[in-house]
Amino acid sequence: MGNTSSMLTQYDIEEVQQHCNNAFSQQEIVSLYERFCQLDRNGGGFVSGEEFLSVPEFAVNPLSQRLLRMLDGLNFKEFVAFLSAFSPRATVQQKIEFIFKVYDSDGNGKVTFNDMLDVLHDLTGQFISEQQREVDLILEMPLFTDCKQVLTKVLEEAGYNKESLLIMSDFVKILGSSGLKMEVEVPVD
Amino acid sequence: MNSSEGKLKSSSSELDLDRPNIEDYLPSGSSIQEPHGKLRLRDLLDISPALTEAAGAIVDDSFTRCFKLNPPEPWNWNVYLFPLWCCGVVFRYLILFPMRALVLTIGWIIFLSCFIPVHFLLKGNDNLRKKMERALVELICSFFVASWTGVVKYHGPRPSMRPKQVFVANHTSMIDFIILEQMTAFAVIMQKHPGWVGLLQSTILESVGCIWFNRSEAKDREIVTRKLREHSQGADNNPLLIFPEGTCVNNQYSVMFKKGAFELGCTVCPIAIKYNKIFVDAFWNSRKQSFTMHLLQLMTSWAVVCDVWYLEPQNLRPGETPIEFAERIRDIISVRAGLKKVPWDGYLKYSRPSPKHRERKQQSFAESVLRGLELEEK
Repeated sequence: MGNTSSMLTQYDIEEVQQHCNNAFSQQEIVSLYERFCQLDRNGGGFVSGEEFLSVPEFAVNPLSQRLLRMLDGLNFKEFVAFLSAFSPRATVQQKIEFIFKVYDSDGNGKVTFNDMLDVLHDLTGQFISEQQREVDLILEMPLFTDCKQVLTKVLEEAGYNKESLLIMSDFVKILGSSGLKMEVEVPVD
Repeated sequence: MNSSEGKLKSSSSELDLDRPNIEDYLPSGSSIQEPHGKLRLRDLLDISPALTEAAGAIVDDSFTRCFKLNPPEPWNWNVYLFPLWCCGVVFRYLILFPMRALVLTIGWIIFLSCFIPVHFLLKGNDNLRKKMERALVELICSFFVASWTGVVKYHGPRPSMRPKQVFVANHTSMIDFIILEQMTAFAVIMQKHPGWVGLLQSTILESVGCIWFNRSEAKDREIVTRKLREHSQGADNNPLLIFPEGTCVNNQYSVMFKKGAFELGCTVCPIAIKYNKIFVDAFWNSRKQSFTMHLLQLMTSWAVVCDVWYLEPQNLRPGETPIEFAERIRDIISVRAGLKKVPWDGYLKYSRPSPKHRERKQQSFAESVLRGLELEEK
């Protein structure tokens, strides 16, 4: 690390702060900048996917590939805006918006069955389909053994179906009621 | 230690066997929300725990902290102190450095003029030759240490040369080896380096019985394990010094120890090394600096001050696995040297983590989803 060649000016900090809607304090932005420079080893002004994956804690996360698609090539201002959903000052609405964006990989404002299925696959690996489940002897029905069936069933119970396209307000309805814990602390020296 | 920058290969399953359960170290509680009670859409859609963990890792992670250089606070910031600092710089670069370079050159001349004759002329008389070569290597290491004005305080009884005994130490820089070597001629196991260091390795260090390995070669591991075993069994060989972290860490943290040193069936003697940061930060970040630059940096600093503790030898306890043994020794060394332990394998500097960790998380989430389903079916 050594010397960060480009230091942040007060003007830069204020610009970044505005861009992220004051989600972070000025001190936090300076810390984030140090971190950004630390991750951006080749000094290109953005952190590449490889550089993110060199953080083992990030690489073992099941959603890392999805997040990389959102993170790749971001400059510092956009990086801070990305993280703003995790600030304690962010609203529940902003957090849900972030989650929605993670699901909506093509960015068209609609989350399809396949989008949700993909995320479920990321989170469970092959562990659901590999489960050997027995047949329910009483009802003589096979018990659910794969993600598709799990998702379909749960969706139908919530009043949707396989063809439903969920939009932002649906997510707010589903996720908004219970407390969403999505906060990260930025270490400040 | 020139690793290919940016080319990370996925680690082989061998790396798995080397480390105990990381879950024991990371904060408990799964990263993925475990649904309680009946499974609802909300439980499946709420990915906030996994996202929070990912964001947490982006903002700060324990692995990168191990390799972070901690520059000392600048104290030369006012009109009175700044000229003082400038005088210091002048003194260090124009007076100390040439003096030290001279000392080192003299040392090398003496060393080479003794070593080369001894090496070739005493070929027949192996015992005497080995003794003299050992003493000479200790001598040149002392010269090196003097060239940085090394002030080393050794604590604990000096290691004795016994068979079936290995020494392990925490690793901050290649100078660890030099500092330890000046007291006792160890045979060390090191990564083969390019350049002049490699030359030294293949000529002079061969004589004390050093073992080389190449991190990037997978087959190398078996050969090295075999060599380690052979060396440790021999009564005549110099005591073996191993740095089980496998890479240089910044002297504030310790990464996981590789189990290779702990399954040789030998007594393990831990050595803890702690550098005093006030004078110079001795951490060698091999990705940022070549060894030559690192040495030059040390030679233009005021001093290298460190403490070396030779700790009580330990044996494998009945029922203890080599990995547990390695962790126990790591504990002993970390406590002594004031290092914080992290659950990461040092080789993650060069390769990606094994998919096993991600799979464990996925498995626990999958199980809780299925449990939630089961609950309503009953």
